[in-house]
Amino acid sequence: MLARSCVRPMRAFASARNGAVQITKRAASSSSGSSAESPLRLNIAAAAATAVAAGSVGWYYHLYGNSHAMTPAEEGLHPTKYPWVHEQWLKTFDHQALRRGFQVYREVCSSCHSLSRVPYRSLVGSILTVDEAKALAEENEYDAEPNDQGEIEKRPGKLADYLPSPYPNDEAARFANNGALPPDLSLMVKARHGGCDYIFSLLTGYPDEPPAGAQVGAGLYFNPYFPGTGIAMARVLYNGLVEYEDETPATTSQMAKDVTEFLHWAAEPEMDDRKRMGMKVLVITSVLFAMSVWVKRYKWAWLKSRKIVYDPPKEGQTKIRD
Amino acid sequence: MSALYNAIFRNNYTMLGAVFAGAFAFNMGYDTLMNKIWDHINRGRQWKDIRHKYATSEDDE
Ligand code: HEC
Repeated sequence: MLARSCVRPMRAFASARNGAVQITKRAASSSSGSSAESPLRLNIAAAAATAVAAGSVGWYYHLYGNSHAMTPAEEGLHPTKYPWVHEQWLKTFDHQALRRGFQVYREVCSSCHSLSRVPYRSLVGSILTVDEAKALAEENEYDAEPNDQGEIEKRPGKLADYLPSPYPNDEAARFANNGALPPDLSLMVKARHGGCDYIFSLLTGYPDEPPAGAQVGAGLYFNPYFPGTGIAMARVLYNGLVEYEDETPATTSQMAKDVTEFLHWAAEPEMDDRKRMGMKVLVITSVLFAMSVWVKRYKWAWLKSRKIVYDPPKEGQTKIRD
Repeated sequence: MSALYNAIFRNNYTMLGAVFAGAFAFNMGYDTLMNKIWDHINRGRQWKDIRHKYATSEDDE
């Protein structure tokens, strides 16, 4: 009774067209309201709803286009993938290249960029000899312990000190660079999508002049690889800028490649040891895995190779087991 | 065969000692071999390959 009275208002709506006769019939036979809805009208309704949905999506795309959060220019050109040898699974850094890269960092980048997480001691046995590293450290002054009067004097650097930063603080760095902060390069390779590829592309990717139509802000330089394309760092590497001690020709791309590999070392100085350990682990675990597979098969052989035979009782022999 | 059994497997402590000593010896051999292979794969790339160009005397680092 209750169900019927609930359903009735809906019927009343339909009754206008379907006629009162049908209504009474239906009310008596079932409480389902839609059973008499014609399939044609349902199909029309479904088609109309689909058309409205598709139309509004289309309208949205017409209005806003392929709405990405960023334009391709804001995204930056994706860097080319280069076949870095030191990024192969079983290859160390090329330490001769690291030495050249460190020279480029010292002679070019270090006037703007700090490398504050790298101490002199970590250069020893990887890029410099002890004597070279000590001599380099002593070129700089660091704060000493407070003396008797509590004053802090200067002392020459030693191996435990970290590479000096070009500016005393970020504000000074910004002030000297038109308001842009040259970021610390210690972890730069890990900090950017594309890693080495990105930094190499960035350093070598400055066109002679910005392409027609490109908008470059005041104090910025056009570089397609930098997200936004306007970077506050001008092109710094030019052919022959440094003179390599090993007489490698110092082309722009050679210097960019060396300094990029050096920055990768700075961000990941444990890479050589990590890969060597990884090789040992992979070899030994694959041998152990093969052995465990063999042992399993050996131990299971009797079970896997047995045969269960059903021997049906023969005619007249049914009472074998009594 | 029974000599081996008596020497190693019969007592738990000899067995344990054999396992430890075996692991130690295997590790030394395995490391040496693997480092040789590693140095071969990376010949010319590592610091020890270029150090002689820069070290002035043999006794420092
Ligand atoms: C004249 C000063 C100066 C020199 C020299 C310089 N840079 Fe920069 N660098 C900057 C400034 C300023 C920025 C910040 C740019 C910005 O945010 O728009 C920067 C940014 C960078 C970035 C970060 C880009 C990013 O994605 O945020 C990298 C990487 C970089 N420099 C690498 C180098 C390397 C490698 C060298 C040496 C070959 C070098 N720079 C030399 C001033 C310099």
